[in-house]
Amino acid sequence: MALTEQDGYDERLQEFTGREVLQPRPGPDPVNVPMIRHWVEAMGDRNPIYLDETAARETGRAGIVAPASMTQAWTMPGYAATAARQDDGSGLGGLIALLAEGGYTSVVATDSEFAFHRELVVGDHVGVRETVESISPEKRTALGAGRFVTTRRTYLDQHGEVVAEQRWRMLWFRPEQPQAPKALRPRPAVNRDNAFWFEAAREHRLVIQRCSGCAALRHPPGPCCPRCGSYDWDTAEASGRGRVHSFVVSHHPRHPAFESPYLVALVELEEGTRLVANLVGVTPEEVVIDMPVALEWLDPDPGLTLPAFRPVTP
Amino acid sequence: MRSRTYEEVTVGETLPVLPVPLTRTLIVATAIASRDYQDVHHDPGLAVERGSKDVFMNILTTNGLIDRYVTEWAGPAAEVKAIKIRLGAPNYPGDTMVLTGAVTAKHDEDHRVEIAVRGDNGLGAHVTGVVAVRLPRGEEP
Repeated sequence: MALTEQDGYDERLQEFTGREVLQPRPGPDPVNVPMIRHWVEAMGDRNPIYLDETAARETGRAGIVAPASMTQAWTMPGYAATAARQDDGSGLGGLIALLAEGGYTSVVATDSEFAFHRELVVGDHVGVRETVESISPEKRTALGAGRFVTTRRTYLDQHGEVVAEQRWRMLWFRPEQPQAPKALRPRPAVNRDNAFWFEAAREHRLVIQRCSGCAALRHPPGPCCPRCGSYDWDTAEASGRGRVHSFVVSHHPRHPAFESPYLVALVELEEGTRLVANLVGVTPEEVVIDMPVALEWLDPDPGLTLPAFRPVTP
Repeated sequence: MRSRTYEEVTVGETLPVLPVPLTRTLIVATAIASRDYQDVHHDPGLAVERGSKDVFMNILTTNGLIDRYVTEWAGPAAEVKAIKIRLGAPNYPGDTMVLTGAVTAKHDEDHRVEIAVRGDNGLGAHVTGVVAVRLPRGEEP
């Protein structure tokens, strides 16, 4: 995308400096009351000189006038041309295309300096001519990298007389890519048999299922005691201390929620059961079998809490 | 509406503060009233695609509101001679822009008064600028 310094892009852009990009031609409609009314209603402007002939005459005017700030509106291309992104054949279209080639596809107006020569009255037909004054080098802005294009706009009436002048500056920029939301870790498969374990984890309690018949501890959770066959159970609270029984270093497949490589261990708790969990605070090179570890809780997002283990000195 | 005369205005005097609630309807209605159909002023989805957080007020409307603010204070006899503005923080829906102004200069030769204006929203200065109006002379003694 950095074609700004290649292919003579800058030179092609600078060719527009001083060029007339909009030849004067009358706006779509002459100054008229309905459009003035629409404007002053939207702006909340209650100055009576824009709609009330008597009030306007009381100020020494010949009749109603259009708001000065509305001058530019009389020359706007309107909906159809905007929706069609129509190149009106003017040099402005060529400049916009060249800016788009450089990636500058978004635009905001930043400066407008209007000098009004006379007030506009109903029936005036305003046109505008526009000349490029300068095109800045690429600048860093809050919106993204962009170029300021400054033009001089001259507003003319139906007799070719200048009614207003405007220096007009727009920033053409490359929109910054919005930060992609961080991927969430995969959800555990929770079911009626293991839900109690994940619910305890949410409260930062590591529990172990215990058979009510023979008191044997078991993990992962299941409906039936593998030793005595009882379906009755309760839970015991684990101390959180254990040892690395086995581990793998996961390089592949990559998942956007994990920083590869990462450690997955089978930890044997001092109560005797084993569980699979990540190891934290240790590099793959440092992990050894039988390393003593202690429980630590991970809360990677509001919907997930999981145990992890960190090496401790015995 | 009473009009201020050139004589009664003093350099340093401030204009009444005008808060402008920036409703979504205001932003869209004023864009359309100014015949500005750029999608960033009425289509939130496309505005976000173009790097904005929402639709935002167009510059023609900022000009219109500043025009209204100064002439509301100056009165119907005032003739607006210049509006020079620079935009900063965008006017997004749900915010409020507070307009303030102060007279910074008087020019006796054409009874013109300059007013420095600014409009602040929740993000900072939306607009800073200068408006020049020609005011009527007071009654000759």
